[in-house]
Amino acid sequence: MTIEIRNVCKSFKDVNAVQNVSLLVESGESIALLGPNGAGKTTLVEMIEGVQFPDSGEIRILDRSWEKDENYLRKQIGLALQETRFQERLTVEETLDLFASFYSLEKKRIKEVLEIIQLESKRTTWVLNLSGGQRQRLAMGVAILPLPQILILDEPTTGLDPNARRDLWKILESLKAKGATLILTTHYMEEAQYLCERILMMDQGKILAEGSFSDLLNKFGEGDLIDFEIDGVFPTEKAKNLSGVLSCRWDKNKGEGRLTVKNISETLPLFLKLVENSSIYITSLESRKRTLDDLFLAMSGRHLDD
Amino acid sequence: MVAVVDESQDVIDSLPEWLLEKTGVDSAMYISDLELEWQVGKNESEQARFRFKYMNEDEAAMALKRGKISLWLTGNPKVGIRYHFDPDNTVSILTFLHLERAFSLQNSSEPQSEIRTITMKGSRYIDFLIPGLMAMSIMNACLWGIGWNLIDLRIKKLLRRMVATPLRKSIFLLSHGVNRMILSAFELTLLYSFAYYYFGIMIQGSLWALLLIFLSGYIAFAGIAVLISCRAQNTQSGNGLINLVSLPMFVLSGVFFSYQNFPDWITPYVEVLPLTMLANGLREVITESVVLYDVIIPSISLVGIGSICFALGLKFFYWH
Repeated sequence: MTIEIRNVCKSFKDVNAVQNVSLLVESGESIALLGPNGAGKTTLVEMIEGVQFPDSGEIRILDRSWEKDENYLRKQIGLALQETRFQERLTVEETLDLFASFYSLEKKRIKEVLEIIQLESKRTTWVLNLSGGQRQRLAMGVAILPLPQILILDEPTTGLDPNARRDLWKILESLKAKGATLILTTHYMEEAQYLCERILMMDQGKILAEGSFSDLLNKFGEGDLIDFEIDGVFPTEKAKNLSGVLSCRWDKNKGEGRLTVKNISETLPLFLKLVENSSIYITSLESRKRTLDDLFLAMSGRHLDD
Repeated sequence: MVAVVDESQDVIDSLPEWLLEKTGVDSAMYISDLELEWQVGKNESEQARFRFKYMNEDEAAMALKRGKISLWLTGNPKVGIRYHFDPDNTVSILTFLHLERAFSLQNSSEPQSEIRTITMKGSRYIDFLIPGLMAMSIMNACLWGIGWNLIDLRIKKLLRRMVATPLRKSIFLLSHGVNRMILSAFELTLLYSFAYYYFGIMIQGSLWALLLIFLSGYIAFAGIAVLISCRAQNTQSGNGLINLVSLPMFVLSGVFFSYQNFPDWITPYVEVLPLTMLANGLREVITESVVLYDVIIPSISLVGIGSICFALGLKFFYWH
């Protein structure tokens, strides 16, 4: 087992940041810790990376403990944090060189990493002059410098534009393909879905749900969603009888409702026809697949990006 | 404090008669046979307090170098009182003006007083000021260069990133200390070079003593910098903490003017401040012929302060 976390608790003053969390991660596995700000993801990750220590419980990495084998474990874990601001007046190459010196690495490794993170053309550019996406790629380069067995990424794409995020995902996919164990914290559900086989949903220091993306969706509800706002009285009973409708919710005070359906393409035309026949007007319509945010909202009453 | 100097080189065992007549029995207070305190002025705005101490010229020159006196007097009212001081020192000028006014109120028919400008190297105000500025430069180099830098690294999350590598924490902190020390040595060399070429200030004491007091002062303030920066999480608290520590020393430690002018009760506290010890040590090495042995006690005190602060800082250091 690469990472074993058993009954770990951690609190700060009167805040229980992590409450009785247990987690086993196998070699080569990619897991995502998904949750809003304050969910306890970063505290859990900091305990895994040996920056903080649990109040109770046990954490073992590669069958070793931080107390006895800190120096060994530091070389086995690569770390990329959200918005790490490296020294602005160092170049990309100098930054990598600085961190390589901590691991006693040779110069050729820096060249390899520059290639992986696609920053060869920026090797003599000051960090100050890099874009947000390039800085995160540099952070990723620093993380993978020592060829770590475990890669911990703490909200690596927060604040990046979609293109920069995609670039980073490509790098992560190639690292996954090489067998790296990946632990990712994020509040972007699509990132967790895209990169990780297993997703842990956290809130208030606890793991609320765990499993693959499809497992989680199936476990906590099925069906696609049609959200609508209507000017008039919605015929709820007729809507429930439409083909493929699993449930129907209508709030007459707000004038908004939701249909949960087996298949959007089957039920949406029927829904539109019903509206037309009922002489009411749609002011807003959105049909979509169910997401982890819907699931998280149902479990915790909060959105993932709260 | 004002020194009353006897030029006769005789053995001195009491204050001169003319001073006792001038100050009067009611308004003066004996501290010892050779020391007298005199308060003049009825209104609060006119009040001034002088302390006279009888000494020979060598003692007076040394006391002036160390900032223990503002000026010294020779002569007497019959032949005219001579005031010896550096006119560039505002505290000395102020003392002269107050004292001359207080004396002239006693008898206006006396001969004119005379100012004897002190231009002897080592006794000028600039000789007092430059070592103080050097001490302040060391303090600022450490508090801002090390303390602020560590806080900045923490804010940028670079501190957390650095300690997640196999780099040892002690080496990490030491690298910051050594880095700033090299820069600080360079800054001090520049400052001294300017003082040497422009004002002709020369180091009178031993270079080893200078090196020891510099290193000790540096260790003291590096330790204080680590303690200050151990918990601060943002620029506001970091800035506030550094100012909280540096500003009182900046005002009290005798960088620009002597702390001997403060009330007596505060002097023992001021003398144990690290900036006071460092400024006094540097002043003694630069303006007096002190050797390594003479700066050992302040050096041990400074290293002690630095070590305690560093140990406490490391214990409570917030690495993430």
